[in-house]
Amino acid sequence: MPRLTIEDLQKIKENYKSEFALREGGYRARVTVHMGTCGIAAGARTVMTALIEEIAASNAGDIIATTSGCAGLCAREPLATVEIMNQPPVKYCDLNEEKIREIFKEHILGGNPVEKYALVIGSETTY
Amino acid sequence: MEKFRANLMLCAGTGCVASGTMKVRMALQEEIKKRGLEKEIKLVLTGCNGYCAEGPVMTVYPDQVFYQKLTVEEVPILVEEHFLKGRPYEKLMFRESEKKSAIPLMKDIPFFKHQVLRVLRNKGLIDPEKIEEYISRDGYQAAARALTQMTAEEIIKVVKDSGLRGRGGAGFPTGLKWEFASKVKSDIKYMLCNGDEGDPGAFMDRSVMEADPHSVIEGMIIGAKAIGAHHGYIYVRAEYPLAVKRLQLAIDQATEMGLLGKNILDTGFDFELEIYLGAGAFVCGEETALMRSIEGKRGMPRPRPPFPAHKGLWDKPSVLNNVETLAQIAPIILNGPDWYRSLGTEKSTGTKVFALTGAVNNVGLVEVPMGIPLRRIIYDIGGGMKKGRKFKAVQLGGPSGGCIPESHLDTPVTYEDIVATGAIVGSGGMVVMDDNTCMVGTAKFFLGFTADESCGKCTPCRVGTRILLDILTDITEGRGKEDDIATLEDLGRDIISTSLCGLGQTAPNPILTTIKYFRDEYESHIRDRWCKAGVCRNLTTFWIDEKLCKGCGACLRACPAKAIIGDKKQPHRIIQEVCLHCRTCYEACKFKSIRILPAGHEGGPSELVAAEEERGKA
Repeated sequence: MPRLTIEDLQKIKENYKSEFALREGGYRARVTVHMGTCGIAAGARTVMTALIEEIAASNAGDIIATTSGCAGLCAREPLATVEIMNQPPVKYCDLNEEKIREIFKEHILGGNPVEKYALVIGSETTY
Repeated sequence: MEKFRANLMLCAGTGCVASGTMKVRMALQEEIKKRGLEKEIKLVLTGCNGYCAEGPVMTVYPDQVFYQKLTVEEVPILVEEHFLKGRPYEKLMFRESEKKSAIPLMKDIPFFKHQVLRVLRNKGLIDPEKIEEYISRDGYQAAARALTQMTAEEIIKVVKDSGLRGRGGAGFPTGLKWEFASKVKSDIKYMLCNGDEGDPGAFMDRSVMEADPHSVIEGMIIGAKAIGAHHGYIYVRAEYPLAVKRLQLAIDQATEMGLLGKNILDTGFDFELEIYLGAGAFVCGEETALMRSIEGKRGMPRPRPPFPAHKGLWDKPSVLNNVETLAQIAPIILNGPDWYRSLGTEKSTGTKVFALTGAVNNVGLVEVPMGIPLRRIIYDIGGGMKKGRKFKAVQLGGPSGGCIPESHLDTPVTYEDIVATGAIVGSGGMVVMDDNTCMVGTAKFFLGFTADESCGKCTPCRVGTRILLDILTDITEGRGKEDDIATLEDLGRDIISTSLCGLGQTAPNPILTTIKYFRDEYESHIRDRWCKAGVCRNLTTFWIDEKLCKGCGACLRACPAKAIIGDKKQPHRIIQEVCLHCRTCYEACKFKSIRILPAGHEGGPSELVAAEEERGKA
């Protein structure tokens, strides 16, 4: 390992930002993939994998992915809820790998909800 | 960098490892892999989380869900429910009692809710074996600032203004200590860390060294710059293998990355750090004895002055700070003295870590602002007395401290207020005792410890503690004499005023405080041959009150000596000749029908029984 300078301390901190956003809170966006039996059967696992790949590729330290149980609308699984700080949450339905990648770029990074995939905007949050 | 959606912070402190963390870790890893979650969920081993009584414990982020008492058997269902399906698993969550509902989030659990974390700022949040994780929590930023932007005088001023006092027990102002050493001119100076934690029941320093070793190292770098030292030692007892391992790893990593050694962070400042293993002698926690021990000599104190700031290790100017003190330094440098003073009182600033143990529901490591009343630590954080027992006393400061009774429970925890009670804040051991504790026996326990650990160099301590112990042994075994209490007090005060070092100067404290607050117990031991708590075997008669006995047979089955007779649903009786005085029946009886009477008492109603009943009602 190379010897560090003071600037390197900051770089290391930056590198670990996403890890500590998880532990300390203070993230900007949270995506919840609903992982009930129904969601998993409909393909929620591939949606989650794609989502994590996108987050890693974007190098964003302030976006977290998490899971929760069945959202109650089993027919429209896989479902995901996107919550961005100070904005109403958006629930997306009938997801697949491509759709979640598009939502990630448009909504989470771009700030524009993808209406064509959206089920509802401003539903109850899990906070 | 790899991206995970959840971090599982599994406690790998000594307590949790003892209750099975490593087996749980294997099971978790296996199950996560089986479920194909190994790229989504990261398992991190942390240092001591503090809630040792409930171990093994684990906190799940980002959900902040706290799990306790993990077992290998529960792991598969936990992984499926929470980590796959996102449904936190209630069965392993904290509950205040079996009837109450589970509390999922760590921040809502009373034990954590009332704590303020400064020293323990990284506990459970970082992997102590990875320097990058410490750096990510602003680690080494304070050292960088101290080395580049601050003069030694400025560092000392900040530490002095913060009001930080030595957390090892004596409470000497840290900034002042640094100032004394910085003013002495010398070619070589030493910056030392005291990790020789020896009080029975205390484990604050061990936890800090295990959970956040870099915080101690960073404090030492800053201190070294302040006093102008380029060499340092961390003195740790060899009985702390995990702390030693993590400290050594931390030193190696820091050295490799240029945070220790020559030319730290390219600032031109050199500081070499080594660990010195102690053999576990209590006296080596005393500064002059500790320095002799590092020199390779027998660990014995010497008279002061000269103080170590002038003549310390190898007769060179030296500063010795406690582990917890050093862990406070970096945030003080980063946030300033006013931030530090925002907690605590005028003369006792900031926070203090206590090892809370004994007869309370929540045993573990707690950090609280100074000035908080003892009652809040015991009842709000500690969750009150175990099994609804009655509080009797809280012991602070270990063998150097004393017992504080119920009437003083609202005493704020500051150096001055605690000393006024006769105890000391000490290094932070806090043992809570219920009414099943004999106070004479407690004093005897601590004197047994100090008499053993006395190094023998000075007579008052070597001979004095032994005589005190002999008198206490006589009292607890039924050979007490009327003037024993006066002798204990006189001799105790003499030992305090004439001993060479802190060990002897504080050794009589447990006796003096128990006499001060529980004199009646000493008197009943000596005059009535009666240990009311039923602990001293020679001074008790166990007797079943026939009026209260339901004949349930619980005592009869519990008695190891078969000393109890009686038919079902008929009052039982203890055969005194066979009774071992082990108090097992007393614990087993659900109807409080077993009385503890003076030695040799025949039983049956008498003034003493009546008096005891009165006491019970009160």
